Amino acid sequence: MAFTLLKDITDASRIINQSFYWTFVSPFRGKPVRIRATISEMVKTGYNSVPIVAVISFFVGIILALQAAYQLKRVGALIYVANLVGVSLTRELSPILTAIIVSGRSGSSFAAEIGSMKAAEEVDALVTMGINPVRFLVSPKLLALMVMVPALTILSDVIGILGGFLLSTSVLEINAYNYYQQTLNALLVKDVFTGLIKAWAFGIVITIVGAYQGFKVEGGAEEVGRRTTSSVVISIFLVIVFDLFFTTLFYYFT
Amino acid sequence: MAENRDMAIEVTGLRTKYGDREVLKGLTFAIPKAKTTVILGGSGCGKSTLLKHLIGLLKPSEGTIKILGREITGLTDPEMDEVRKKMGVLFQGSALLNSMTIAENVALPIKEHTKIEDDPMQIMVRMKLDQVGLSGFGHFYPSQLSGGMKKRAGLARALALDPEMLFFDEPSAGLDPVTAAGLDALILKLQKAFRMTIVVVTHELPSVFTIADYVIMLDKGQVLFFGPLVELKASDHPRIRQFLERRWEEEEYSPDDYFKMIAGDEIS
Repeated sequence: MAFTLLKDITDASRIINQSFYWTFVSPFRGKPVRIRATISEMVKTGYNSVPIVAVISFFVGIILALQAAYQLKRVGALIYVANLVGVSLTRELSPILTAIIVSGRSGSSFAAEIGSMKAAEEVDALVTMGINPVRFLVSPKLLALMVMVPALTILSDVIGILGGFLLSTSVLEINAYNYYQQTLNALLVKDVFTGLIKAWAFGIVITIVGAYQGFKVEGGAEEVGRRTTSSVVISIFLVIVFDLFFTTLFYYFT
Repeated sequence: MAENRDMAIEVTGLRTKYGDREVLKGLTFAIPKAKTTVILGGSGCGKSTLLKHLIGLLKPSEGTIKILGREITGLTDPEMDEVRKKMGVLFQGSALLNSMTIAENVALPIKEHTKIEDDPMQIMVRMKLDQVGLSGFGHFYPSQLSGGMKKRAGLARALALDPEMLFFDEPSAGLDPVTAAGLDALILKLQKAFRMTIVVVTHELPSVFTIADYVIMLDKGQVLFFGPLVELKASDHPRIRQFLERRWEEEEYSPDDYFKMIAGDEIS
């Protein structure tokens, strides 16, 4: 038990190490990252997630506004719905919602893709062709998620605030211009910025977990399924752990 | 046996353990250049594990492996890649990348290791596909091809960098006898045309008799026989005869082993 845990840790650190090496160091030593694969990963992980991220963020914006109004109405401070919606979305909810959606869509597909390649000896074939599998498979995904999770988070910020705005101006009958001004006053650059830093870190976590689980596959199809499931569970868990870490950090140091 | 310079691969004292179980128990042999050598043995004798050692996918617990005069067990990854450029491997399931077309698969090692422009590369790819009899199939995806065609495509990819050595893992596994014979004929043709060193892991006897110059026979992680095919045929070692004549013999327990078995202990 202790032995396997130790092995898991060394395997994980090897993947982390190699992913960063092949993405950020080796391009300066004449082994560039595959640009076309990176773009195709960006389309798959980012562009194709736009609809689901947009719809969920819109709904969450509405829900937040309603829940805030439920409390704020009683103290006659309904206009502060704008603050609550804006700040909680940009600082917290957009990054984490995006990360959870991306874990489910892309993290699982990374694990399944790499896992089934491992099971079909395709990873071995890459090695015997002198192609490093981490460079070939993980680097494009890592770059793609490092860009796309923050990008989707910005989208989620905008659409979520729009959702809150639409509900507040219609159902809660807040003046549209007042709501707009209130949101602008409430939001600081650092709110948006810290959210994006989190999103960037979540992108790394999701890629590494997906890749790690994929490379761990030894047997056949059944294990691919099992690893795919655990990649989603573990990446959501780790995203929350990292969220806790960053939120604490930002609470004290910004 | 010939002198070292004529040897493509030299293995000495190779031992490997998976956990507590010793899979390869001190193998020593050499594979001659420009010949076809077949690694033969029943299921579970360690032949696939041995192949993985020869192509550098696994590192032995003990012993040395020299490929083209170079010791590979202690090499770093970039050094190993230099050795790997000289060898092509055809995996059991052909291991083509499913997300790419056949032509892209064949072009992959060329793109990775050379700076050839796109147009000449396409010509090279078509030549390689023609060598294995797959002209005109470049734009197909692996999932659209039959098992035999996939193997040929995998072979075209293994040939992409004009390797000095070719390794085959169970080339006839999962193929009907006619297709398997076609693949054997292709191996013979390649060996004659390019004088490559070919190493084939298999348990298919008809295939062994067609293609082999030399045979290494493994049994329970040890070398049972090493030498030219004619000597194998003439051998009167009981295990070899049993294998060649396809006789099934029930292994008998010694009383001690039987006792261990019913007591739930591992039999060594």
